[in-house]
Amino acid sequence: MAKDFGYTISCDRQIDFDKLSRSMYLEVKKAEPSVDACISCGTCAATCTAGQFTDFSLRKFILLLRRGDSLSVIQSIDKCMLCGKCQLVCPMGVNTRGLIYSIQVISRRIECRNRRVVNKM
Amino acid sequence: MKLEGKKTLWKEYQKEIASDNYFYARSCIRQNFFPASETTFLRVLREELGKTIHEDARHTTCTGIVYHSDLVTIETTMTVIARQFSLMTQSGYLNYVASCITSFGLYTEILDMWEHFPEMEQKAREMLWKATKREFEKPKSLAHASDIIYKFRNEIAAKSKYKLINLNTGQPLKVVEHIGCHYSKMFPHKGIGGAEYPYVLVGMIEAFGGEVVDYPERRHCCGFGFRQYIVKANRGFSIASSRKKFESMTPYKPDFILTNCPGCPYFLDRWQYAISEMEGITYGENGHGIPVLTYEELTGIVLGYNPWDLGLQTHQVAVEPLLDKIGIPYDLSQKYLGSDGEFIGKPEKPSVLKVY
Repeated sequence: MAKDFGYTISCDRQIDFDKLSRSMYLEVKKAEPSVDACISCGTCAATCTAGQFTDFSLRKFILLLRRGDSLSVIQSIDKCMLCGKCQLVCPMGVNTRGLIYSIQVISRRIECRNRRVVNKM
Repeated sequence: MKLEGKKTLWKEYQKEIASDNYFYARSCIRQNFFPASETTFLRVLREELGKTIHEDARHTTCTGIVYHSDLVTIETTMTVIARQFSLMTQSGYLNYVASCITSFGLYTEILDMWEHFPEMEQKAREMLWKATKREFEKPKSLAHASDIIYKFRNEIAAKSKYKLINLNTGQPLKVVEHIGCHYSKMFPHKGIGGAEYPYVLVGMIEAFGGEVVDYPERRHCCGFGFRQYIVKANRGFSIASSRKKFESMTPYKPDFILTNCPGCPYFLDRWQYAISEMEGITYGENGHGIPVLTYEELTGIVLGYNPWDLGLQTHQVAVEPLLDKIGIPYDLSQKYLGSDGEFIGKPEKPSVLKVY
């Protein structure tokens, strides 16, 4: 049985671009250029209704996209109900509702693309 | 690259190291972690190299641990350091040698600060005078103790009884070198080889007959960072740093790790035990760990000193497989006996990591 020393070994948080790709962020940025103004303040996440009941956080998703971890975003982006409260509070004027919608559309496109690749195989 | 160009470029990565008459300042923690290393350093310098090296029992901590934990102000730190320099001045020496990497980094930082802000040096002089009625001169040369061994590596190699050669294969031992972060990452021009190509340990390994292993996470921190280990809840970051290095170096099958910092050998040694207990993983051959040595221990080994006089019994990872590879005889019945022959106690056997 593993010994308990009162702490655990932290997970590696290195961003390895040999394994991750920023291509989805670049696609999202093309569809919604205002994402570039995000300063990761987290006001959107603080006001989010979905965030009260799930781990949904737009701040986190933008950060993950910038780091190239698209998969985590694709798996959770549909939890948003597009209420738009985040857009009312964003101090940088990011079109957050449009941004989330763009991420949802691009996520589906990527999923379809991946499915076609798997079918061909 | 043209050889002349390479030589010119390499000159930028060198530093002046005094050749004799040193004032030695011990480390707070090394005497507990690896108790014979500093004694071995003094023995090598005095008995093997015939150098003059003086130490003063009145010297204290440099405050490095509390300084890097944000517990003391810079004024306190520089006054304590000024007092260390006053002990050196009082003894009639000008070549300061620090045993600890963090002390070396801190002395360098304070001297650099005084150069750029002379009013801070004046303030340190005033505070030291008010507190102790002492005065000081700044060192003519400041070196880390590993710089001194590096400087005399060829003389030591000429006197050595053993080479870093695997007896079974006849091949040079594969060695991972790990430089303490505060040696040259803060002030690159103060370390041999700078921050990019630290050569201080590589030079020793090559002179003693070994082969240096280059691996992806070679310059990664060992995880000793003060805030990471002082707070228990943060130790996960510390052990994760060490694990990252072990995973990166293991494919190259190193025979041992060589270090020049107080914390690095301690953590790289002890975390191998902790990882083995937490995850059941060992990184060395046949369930052993990868032995970790200080540069003084390595120097003592090649000079043929008794392994137990070097304090190798205080290591968590067994060093016996390494001694076997080099062909160094050792008596296991003497392992846990002190210099007076008294039993010093024996640690419990780990449940995963193999020890002798």
